[in-house]
Amino acid sequence: MKSMQELEAIRQKAKKAMKVREGQENAIVVSVAMGTCGIAKGARDVMMALVDETAKRGLDSVVITQSGCAGFCEKEPMAKVHMPGQPEINYGYLDANRARDIVARHLVHGEIVHDYVVQLPGGEDRA
Amino acid sequence: MSIHRSHILVCSGSNCTLRASVPVRMALRAAIADQGLDKEFKVIETGCFGLCQEGPIMVIYPEGIHYCGVQPDDIDEIVETHLKKGRVVNRLLYRGEAEQEVTLPSTPFYQRQHRVVLRNVGAVDPENIEESLARDGYQGLAKALDTMSPRDVVQTMLDSGLQGRGGAGFPAGRKWDFTLRASGEPKYVVCNADEGEPGTSKDRLILEGDPHAVIEGMAIAGYAVGASQGFIYIRGEYQLSLQRFRKAVEQAREYGLLGSDILGSGFSFNVEVRSGAGAYVCGEETALLNSLEGRRGEPRYKPPFPANEGLWGKPTLINNVETLANAAPILMHGAQWYRSLGSEDCPGTKVFTLSGDVANRGLIEVPMGITLREIVEDIGGGIPGGRQFKMAQIGGTSGGCIPAEHLDIPIDIPHLDDVGASLGSGALLIVDDSHCMVDLSKTFLHFFAHESCGQCTPCREGTMLMRKLVDGIAAGSGTRKDLELLERITATMRKASLCGLGQTAPTPVLTALRYFSDEYEAHIDSGRCISGACGVAVGGMKS
Repeated sequence: MKSMQELEAIRQKAKKAMKVREGQENAIVVSVAMGTCGIAKGARDVMMALVDETAKRGLDSVVITQSGCAGFCEKEPMAKVHMPGQPEINYGYLDANRARDIVARHLVHGEIVHDYVVQLPGGEDRA
Repeated sequence: MSIHRSHILVCSGSNCTLRASVPVRMALRAAIADQGLDKEFKVIETGCFGLCQEGPIMVIYPEGIHYCGVQPDDIDEIVETHLKKGRVVNRLLYRGEAEQEVTLPSTPFYQRQHRVVLRNVGAVDPENIEESLARDGYQGLAKALDTMSPRDVVQTMLDSGLQGRGGAGFPAGRKWDFTLRASGEPKYVVCNADEGEPGTSKDRLILEGDPHAVIEGMAIAGYAVGASQGFIYIRGEYQLSLQRFRKAVEQAREYGLLGSDILGSGFSFNVEVRSGAGAYVCGEETALLNSLEGRRGEPRYKPPFPANEGLWGKPTLINNVETLANAAPILMHGAQWYRSLGSEDCPGTKVFTLSGDVANRGLIEVPMGITLREIVEDIGGGIPGGRQFKMAQIGGTSGGCIPAEHLDIPIDIPHLDDVGASLGSGALLIVDDSHCMVDLSKTFLHFFAHESCGQCTPCREGTMLMRKLVDGIAAGSGTRKDLELLERITATMRKASLCGLGQTAPTPVLTALRYFSDEYEAHIDSGRCISGACGVAVGGMKS
């Protein structure tokens, strides 16, 4: 490294790799249900597709996390998308392709993907 | 660096390492690889989180969940429950005094702290320079090289009011200024990492947790005073610090942040790592310089000061680890920002190793001017076991003992001076009412009698005489005359000793005599000791 510009380039790249450790108050949070039920129905593939697709698109402000079984095992694999200031949207019956679809449409364009939305009793999940 | 959705930071500071954090990390890596989760989860070794007694500590991001006291046997459950199913392993969460599970950053232990020097300790992998770069590592150096003259850098350090963090508290900017003005070539920068004060391990944990902050500080200092060679003298017992620091120097060279023509500025700087060999006195700056030159580690007469005649007789800037680690943040955020932290007489923050009879023991960084009570009660979580606070010894074995009546004293140089103590290097030993002051004094004095280098008479003879007198008092054979003699010896040592060792060795005894004279008198007059640690009868005291 022989210049300020090179230092800045390495710094920005390294920042991206460490994004996951920062407190992200205004981040979009995608939470994949990873109970035994979800995992059995392929939640890990969904998770990996989400990680891969958000990284490919450079979506730095998306936090991908996991939660336990929400009690609707039949609708697994499930994931919740929470955009700052908006109600949570629950998606169900996911697979890797549908997960990529959600990244492209919901996370990038803010468009709720109605085809995969599941209504949970008592939840604020009206789409 | 590839992108992982979750980072797991495992503490690999000295204290967690003692509590088996290495097997924990190995078991975790193995389990993650075994389950095919290594694309999702990245395991990172990091520096001290500060709450050493709860170690080994790990943090899982992005959730930010801290687990305490993790052992290799816990790994299967963490992988199965947390990593695979996203459920928190409640039994490993930190439990505060109320025995409730709380997240670590929400505890007063962290809330009352202000991390400037420790900004990256516990947040980055110290063996990966890119993690340091991502958190603004070397930005202070880049700013100095790009936009400031050496004189500007020295002026900023002067304006910041930073005082040396190695013990004496001399204004750092003035040392930089003297060295810049000194004539003679070449000039040197030396980092004093011979942290020998019993009860202090803050420099160790800084070196282990964020070595690049110290390298950056040394390079900034080199640019400011006109030196192109730096030396760091690390205490020989600090094997992990030595190993991490050497690795960090190699990486900095590889990235062109040390070496010739750094960042195309024309400025060249190198750092050489030297190991100490176990003498306490080598933490004294001129003894350290002698040791670096390959001579016997004995202090030199001052003046001339190292700024004019230091290493090999050349102008030398010698600063403590913590002092140098402050340089980059000061340059990046400015002297005014630094002055906004801390108290008027003592700007900035101070790193302490908190130990002894207090609930939360570990590594803390607090703004100067915080009261002793806030440290003991809020950060330290109070005195455990229903005991009472008796005294705090600040600054290490050569520091003063502060009694309960001064619990509300603000921690900064002038206020500590008022009560006969000094800020010292960064130890804070809390002692409860089950301990005897004569017994404690005995321990301190045995240490000094052992560590005095023997060069000057007041220290060589004084430390031995003090030990003999206090041993006698503890054994029940002391007289009132011994107390008078003790006072005379201490006065001579403070005035006539050659270096800081002999000048400060009497401090704990003087403050013990000042605030706890009744205990000394009880040993002498009625042969009673509250703790039974001394060779006299166990008995109560007037107070």
